[in-house]
Amino acid sequence: MWRDVALVAGRDLRIELRSRVATNQVAPFALLVLILFAFALDPDTGVLESATPGLYWIVVLFSGTLAVSRSGSVDEADGVGDALRLSGLAPAAVFLGKAAAVVAQLLVLELVLVGAVGVLYDAPLAGFPLMTATCLAATVAIAATGVLYSGLVAGLRVRDTLLPLLLLPVLAPVLIGATRAFEDAFGADGIRGWEWCGLVVLFAVVYVVAGCLAYGALLEG
Amino acid sequence: MSDVSDPTETEAEAEAEVPAHTGSRATQVLGLAALAALALWVLYGLVWSPPDREMGDLVRLLYVHVPVAILFYAGAGLTTFASLMWLRRRSPGWDALAVAAAELGVVFGALTLLTGSIWGKPTWNTFWTWDARLTSTALLEVLLIGYLAVRRVDPSPSGGSTRASILGLLLFPNVIIVHFSVDWWRSLHQKATVTRLDPTIEGDMLVALMVGMAAGGLVFAWLLIHRFRVAWLEQQVERHDLDAAVAARRAEGQLSTNEPEAQPA
Repeated sequence: MWRDVALVAGRDLRIELRSRVATNQVAPFALLVLILFAFALDPDTGVLESATPGLYWIVVLFSGTLAVSRSGSVDEADGVGDALRLSGLAPAAVFLGKAAAVVAQLLVLELVLVGAVGVLYDAPLAGFPLMTATCLAATVAIAATGVLYSGLVAGLRVRDTLLPLLLLPVLAPVLIGATRAFEDAFGADGIRGWEWCGLVVLFAVVYVVAGCLAYGALLEG
Repeated sequence: MSDVSDPTETEAEAEAEVPAHTGSRATQVLGLAALAALALWVLYGLVWSPPDREMGDLVRLLYVHVPVAILFYAGAGLTTFASLMWLRRRSPGWDALAVAAAELGVVFGALTLLTGSIWGKPTWNTFWTWDARLTSTALLEVLLIGYLAVRRVDPSPSGGSTRASILGLLLFPNVIIVHFSVDWWRSLHQKATVTRLDPTIEGDMLVALMVGMAAGGLVFAWLLIHRFRVAWLEQQVERHDLDAAVAARRAEGQLSTNEPEAQPA
């Protein structure tokens, strides 16, 4: 099982390393959105500083949508989807492998973005244990939900527009929970960050389990 | 089994099997009961029940808001259950029930958000606030709309149902989040008052709410049965069209094999 997961994750990561879509398009897009937020919200007013956690996770969410969309589209070309079905790999292993590849890409991107908000927004980066735990939980949640929904819209002509339409509302609890946890990590008063982080962990567990159970039906469909 | 060599006979048989409408004696009785309950709901809600000490006459809006909200969650829950059963049994009836419950869920969800907003303006001085219960309820409505969107965009007969039923399963975690949101987060929305063992309201107000729930439940059941039958008839029409097309093609094939070969002039 875990060998299959590593096999699928390795394949997806190799495709990304060779095509360089994540480094040449997704990461620049994420940094561009951060800069545009800085243009839109005047840094002198302090709005940017107080909104940093929310802006950070919105950028991650948008970039995550691009990453999972890319993860789904690589299986649609040249009959790869049919090959996966015929390969004998367990559907849960395919799901976990694809999700693990997205997690790896997003974690690297989040690391770059943390540095960017520290420099561009002058964010008071602190509370590293909470930040790390939140990043891990939210990334797993985004990747698991994204891969599952990407499988749901696979093969449809409107998949590129339908995926964000379905995915972003579902991920709203992750956005809320991760933002609150980051606010606590950045030193805001009266916010119990670890409880919000717990909600994100719960969400991640639910969607990882749901994905493992449902991905077989999606592959067959 | 029908005679596939005569497509006109197959069509006639199918027309005889398919009812002309979605009603029956049982739904007529149910409809009348729903109408009577609605009348009682209006009387209890607007005339017989007293105004609240704090909210005044505004409490009467809750006699509508609470039942439609519960029916919204019931619609989402029923969609999840029917989706699960469809994935297990692949029976078209469960698929029809899932789509019927989802559509009703969207309607009752819109009513929930509308009545809640109207109540919120004089009470909280705003039509909308990013409160945990309100946000999670709005998300559930969006998820149900997404469920229906997936059903519409996939033209394949079983593909749309499979995709949508998996989406239907994923509604359930959100229903749980909506229900417990008022307990988990410090929420502007009041905590559960009726759906608990010791309701915190009593007397005529509790009766008005209960009558509202009964009447709303009857309307929901009546609409659900009719929508289910429409979905079932749609499936029959789809299958009938396919059967007729297959029969026509086979008849063409038989005609061409029975025809004597053309003699050279």
